[in-house]
Amino acid sequence: MNTTTQKGMFHKEYAWRGIAIVCGLFVIVLTLGIGAFLVYKGSDTFLKFGHTLWEFLGSTQWQPVDSAQGGGSVGTLIFIVGSLVTCGLALLIATPFALGSAIFMTEISDKFGEKFYRPVVQIFAGIPSVVYGWVGLTVLVPFIRNIFNRQVGHSILAAGIVLAVMIFPTITTVSADAILAVPDSCRKAAYGLGSTRWQTIRRIVLPASAPGIISGVILGLARAFGEALAVAMVIGQTTALPTSIFSTTKTMTTEIASQMGNSMEGGELKSALWTMSLLLFLVSLLFITLIHFCTSRGKKKLEGGNA
Amino acid sequence: MNNRIQRAKYADRIMTCVFYAIAAFFFALLLAFSGKVIIGGLLGASPEMFAFERQGSIGNQLFNTIYLVFVSLVVSVPLGVFAGIYLAMYAKEGLFTRFLRICIETLSSLPSIVVGLFGYLVFLIFMGMDRSVLAGALSVSILTLPLITTTTEDAIKGLPPGYFQASMGMGSTRWQAIFHVLLPACIPRIMTGVILAAGRGFGEAAVLLYTSGSGSTLRWGNWDLSSPTCPFNLFRPAETLSIQIWNLQTNAQDTALANLASAVLLLLVLIFNISANAWSHHINKKNSGEKA
Repeated sequence: MNTTTQKGMFHKEYAWRGIAIVCGLFVIVLTLGIGAFLVYKGSDTFLKFGHTLWEFLGSTQWQPVDSAQGGGSVGTLIFIVGSLVTCGLALLIATPFALGSAIFMTEISDKFGEKFYRPVVQIFAGIPSVVYGWVGLTVLVPFIRNIFNRQVGHSILAAGIVLAVMIFPTITTVSADAILAVPDSCRKAAYGLGSTRWQTIRRIVLPASAPGIISGVILGLARAFGEALAVAMVIGQTTALPTSIFSTTKTMTTEIASQMGNSMEGGELKSALWTMSLLLFLVSLLFITLIHFCTSRGKKKLEGGNA
Repeated sequence: MNNRIQRAKYADRIMTCVFYAIAAFFFALLLAFSGKVIIGGLLGASPEMFAFERQGSIGNQLFNTIYLVFVSLVVSVPLGVFAGIYLAMYAKEGLFTRFLRICIETLSSLPSIVVGLFGYLVFLIFMGMDRSVLAGALSVSILTLPLITTTTEDAIKGLPPGYFQASMGMGSTRWQAIFHVLLPACIPRIMTGVILAAGRGFGEAAVLLYTSGSGSTLRWGNWDLSSPTCPFNLFRPAETLSIQIWNLQTNAQDTALANLASAVLLLLVLIFNISANAWSHHINKKNSGEKA
């Protein structure tokens, strides 16, 4: 009897370990599957419809034909520029504020920051993006229209502000973690040399935590880059290169979100949209690589500082 | 010399004020934002908007949101927990494990519209489903899977090593140690991860745009699971709150309804996130109390 229960024990062990391994494998298969499907669908633009990579990335002629014959043009420069400009603007607005808040809740008022400010910021990281978009549309867009006397309030500026509010919690929490990871001995040494708090922050804490802060900024950028619906609500959706921060334009994600539903399966328009999704996928891979690079740099920096 | 010290002190004071101002400003902004959405949305609503009607109400959409997220968690929680167990207990450091970690990171940072398109391609085009609860839920579970995996791994690795050693010392197999000792000890932690994942699922719109559709004709009390109006039918189209907001904004008809939908959605997400936060705080307190 003893041996049979023991046998059962080990059978179970192998079975459950097998299940755990299968689930691990599933995650890998899923990720590779997403990548493979995007490559498979997105390559049609180049292989089936014979467009060059240069045309896809560098031309502003966006007139793909919604049929399998092809023959239109698939320049996505407008959307790429739109994405870059809106995300750049969002970072420009969000980073100083997020950095300020991170410093406030770690260096200046750490008890209040840890107990109250950080949980509140973290909770706001989870607010659905459509809600941001909707508030942007009903509050921010009329506000911009009235204050700057524009005909329409939909603009890159509105999209930038909505994205900035959206990514602010992400950048703040990651930067705060990076600042907390700076060893206290660094601060004490600076104070011991007679520096003020601001001098300590600027000359010691910020340089030491720079790689972590940059990771936070990249994470925020990645979130802003992939956001579709909130941006689509406030950016005005016109297919033209932006001329000022008040002009309306489109981004890659908004174009995908608005065109995917009314395009034909296997047509040129659809494959161009798939190629854009592939581009988004590649960009998010690039962001991950950058973050890895930053964190390994940061580790080296702190270890070097301790030794 | 004195001058320089004076200046440094001034700079210090000014920057302290600046940091206080930034923090206060964003705090006020976030509070004003949520206050405006929740109070404004609820005050502008009329009673019939809370009904479970086909049009002009949010009841069906609220049910769809919760039901869809529930279905997606049914799929992603077991997968994520087992993958987390694998990473924490069975994985040997090596190429395979490193690759798995990169995959999890990639999944968690994918733009949600890309996940939505993948779901559309696989479930609708290759598998021939219609836009449905199931297709939407499976796509959402792709998004929540990495979150649950990493929480499970962190939860198991965060336990004191004595738990595992004691169990193995009593002659258990690895699996018995995991199932009878480690998992029960870290279930609260995993639950906070699941709640966070649910919060993320509630607000997801870009993923559902092309996978779950936007009809919401439900007949309550219809228990025929194959009928398109049965609330629990997995193969019916389902409009969630976030998709409803998106649709109302494209058609721009009913501002008050969209305001109410945003208010309810925000409340739902806030309740989930705050409870996850409070719970994990409570666990931390309890654990540090035990050690002392």
